Amino acid sequence: MNFYALFAQLLELIVALILAPMLTGWVNQCRAWMQNRSAPPLLQTYYTLSKLFHKDVLLAHNASTLFRAAPYIVFSCMALASAIVPTLSTELIFSPAADAIALVGLFALARIFISLAGMDVGTSFGSLGSRREMFIGFLAEPALLMVFFTASLISHSTSLATIVETLAHKEFAIYPSLAFSGIAFMMVSLAENARVPIDNPTTHLELTMIHEAMILEYSGRHLALIEWASCLKLFAYSCLGIALFFPFGVAQAFDPIALTLASAILVAKLALGGFTLALIETLSAKMRVFRAPEFLGTAFLLAVLAMLVHLLLEAGR
Amino acid sequence: MRFLDQPIEFESLPGHAIPVFAARTTADELAAFCHAAHAAERRLVALWGSDERDREPGAGYALHVAFDLAEGLVCLTLPTAPDQPVFPDMSPAFPAADRMQRAVRDTIGATSEGGDQRAWLRHANWPEDYYPLRRDTPDARFETRNEDYPFVRVEGDGVHEVAVGPIHAGIIEPGHFRFSVMGENVLRLEERLGWKHKGIERRFVGMALAEGARLAGRVSGDSTVAYAWAYSQACEAIADVTPPPRARWLRALLLERERVANHLGDLGYLGNDVALAFGLAQFLRLREDWLRLNAKLFGHRLLMDRIVPGGVAIDLDAQGAEAIIDQCHAIEEDVRRLKSIYDEHAGLQDRFLTTGRITPALARRLGIIGLAGRASAQRWDLRCEHPCAPYDELKPKMAIERNGDVAARALVRFAELGEAFRLVRKLIVDMPAGELRRDLRSAPDKRGFGWVEGWRGDVLVAIETGADGKIRRGHCHDPSWQNWAALEHAVIDNIVPDFPLINKSFNLSYAGPDL
Repeated sequence: MNFYALFAQLLELIVALILAPMLTGWVNQCRAWMQNRSAPPLLQTYYTLSKLFHKDVLLAHNASTLFRAAPYIVFSCMALASAIVPTLSTELIFSPAADAIALVGLFALARIFISLAGMDVGTSFGSLGSRREMFIGFLAEPALLMVFFTASLISHSTSLATIVETLAHKEFAIYPSLAFSGIAFMMVSLAENARVPIDNPTTHLELTMIHEAMILEYSGRHLALIEWASCLKLFAYSCLGIALFFPFGVAQAFDPIALTLASAILVAKLALGGFTLALIETLSAKMRVFRAPEFLGTAFLLAVLAMLVHLLLEAGR
Repeated sequence: MRFLDQPIEFESLPGHAIPVFAARTTADELAAFCHAAHAAERRLVALWGSDERDREPGAGYALHVAFDLAEGLVCLTLPTAPDQPVFPDMSPAFPAADRMQRAVRDTIGATSEGGDQRAWLRHANWPEDYYPLRRDTPDARFETRNEDYPFVRVEGDGVHEVAVGPIHAGIIEPGHFRFSVMGENVLRLEERLGWKHKGIERRFVGMALAEGARLAGRVSGDSTVAYAWAYSQACEAIADVTPPPRARWLRALLLERERVANHLGDLGYLGNDVALAFGLAQFLRLREDWLRLNAKLFGHRLLMDRIVPGGVAIDLDAQGAEAIIDQCHAIEEDVRRLKSIYDEHAGLQDRFLTTGRITPALARRLGIIGLAGRASAQRWDLRCEHPCAPYDELKPKMAIERNGDVAARALVRFAELGEAFRLVRKLIVDMPAGELRRDLRSAPDKRGFGWVEGWRGDVLVAIETGADGKIRRGHCHDPSWQNWAALEHAVIDNIVPDFPLINKSFNLSYAGPDL
């Protein structure tokens, strides 16, 4: 069993590291098509990453160790997060070690480090971005936790593997609670991944940036790691959404065929998810910063509603 | 002839496309005239200086101030002393005069009595006692240097500064913006421009009239038609030549085409600034089609050098006319559909409405002109106010909005697009036949003015010839001079991330007011 769990764990990590930039590339491609533009190649993100890895790192004179360490910490957090989420298999080495709450903690840890790094050099944009990031973060995290709590209540466990296993094995029934928390989760994902309508990942207007403002001072491999980490974060969130709300097809026992099938299904689901994200981004405009509390407040409300609905309607089942 | 009950005798300058009056005046008379113009709710068009010391012994410098009165363009010239030249401060009546006065001090060395005395165009890159527009100033090169500019500081608990530019994260023109903010709220914005100084006005000196046309067309690339036409009007007044009718109609056609191209681009970028990239892609597609037809029919995408003193350098055949009409219909239809998308997009409207608001009262006080002025109910449009041929026959409808926010400036653009499509079609249908260009011979010691409503606002070109018939002083005035100052007010009480959107809704020129 341990051998299989180790293998599945490694496979999942590698798949995440490799597939994550492609997911970002796919979203960009879909978005370009929807805007009647000719799209960059699917592998563009890899080219960008490899370009950045080959470039020299330029550091501000007053950059501290924190500034240099942050990209590695953020990257590790996101890689670990992608490893925790049961995408291909529910039998993973890490699954008993880290549960849903630990996952939220991992995202928070990465956020804290990137925000501190944003303020480290002392430029006005860095602190502007860090301030906004923390503002968005403290609104998004409770909503994310509520989504997990609802899922935990359904499966009586906070372990992600157990949640996914339970949800995947339930007899087909419509869970209103899952519908509510699904919408809440989507809204949180948009905010957490710096997408429209909360942030604009393609903007060049430094005054409007949130995520981009914090990393303006990064270059070379540091920037590459942060960009890769962003891809991983989007990947992790997409996989989480898939695992929680569309878990069918996940392999549960050691079975190479099931694992291969699971990989194919995952790719198809991710492609669909990326397309949906591009559609949302194309159709919506960016909100004013101070509309974000309303947006994320709605997400929190929906997540709470999901929990209430579960307790009132579904608890007996 | 007298105006506004002031004791200044004006003479009417003949040969101009618009009525122009000029007079020499004293400092007190100028100050009084300024207040009378302000009281009559007229506006200051431009303010510039010239060096007259070589004219006669004891002569000094001159300050030229142009006003827009109901009768036409009125230009007052104030001679100043050769040593310590000063002139009255006009910024209390017309706040927009402030930066023009500072520019006069930087380039000529004549100083306003009061008002802001900080350098405006002169950064540390040339010495304080080097005045590029004085006639005896030699060409020189100086080391690039930096200096501390005394920005106005806002004190208070929690107030801090955000400095942006002149180098930005994207590829845009250089401008420095210093925000004093409390959290995300902007308490004050101070601009610092002058990063694009090229010495164009100095370059004009000694050029032949025909030669200067190319230079005038390059003052601001997005308004090249407006500048070229205004420059040609000034030259034609000097040479006392009236361009043939067909040339005037073709000029109006080019000007409206320039207006459409810029409005299409701006509307796209306004969408892009609220992350609606769909809008950008669509509007840029239309703009590209529009520019390609320019290139096909007139040989230049932006129509540079197509208007020349004496007439035009291009003609339009029946086939070209048909292509323009067809394209007008197609693009108008697309714009109509895109407008309904913009109008019905809740997220976009939420960002546009009430953002960067300038009330009509404030707009009047600040003297905002052109497109941004019309979005704040300021009825300034030369095409309606002082129509030169062929606008007197076309009778364009002025687009007016009252809200003065980003949404209003977008609506004015939409309205002007519709009107421009109508004008383009009418221009083509009614275009007279005939010659395209008349010969033009310069005359010594004469002044000529050209005044044209470009897409951004009215462009003024004032040319003065010397004894040899070459240009002695050429001044080009961009409407951005007035509106940059207004942008500082539009941003107050908005949040920092809305500034790029507000800035884009004005879309002012960085190069135009920094020659």
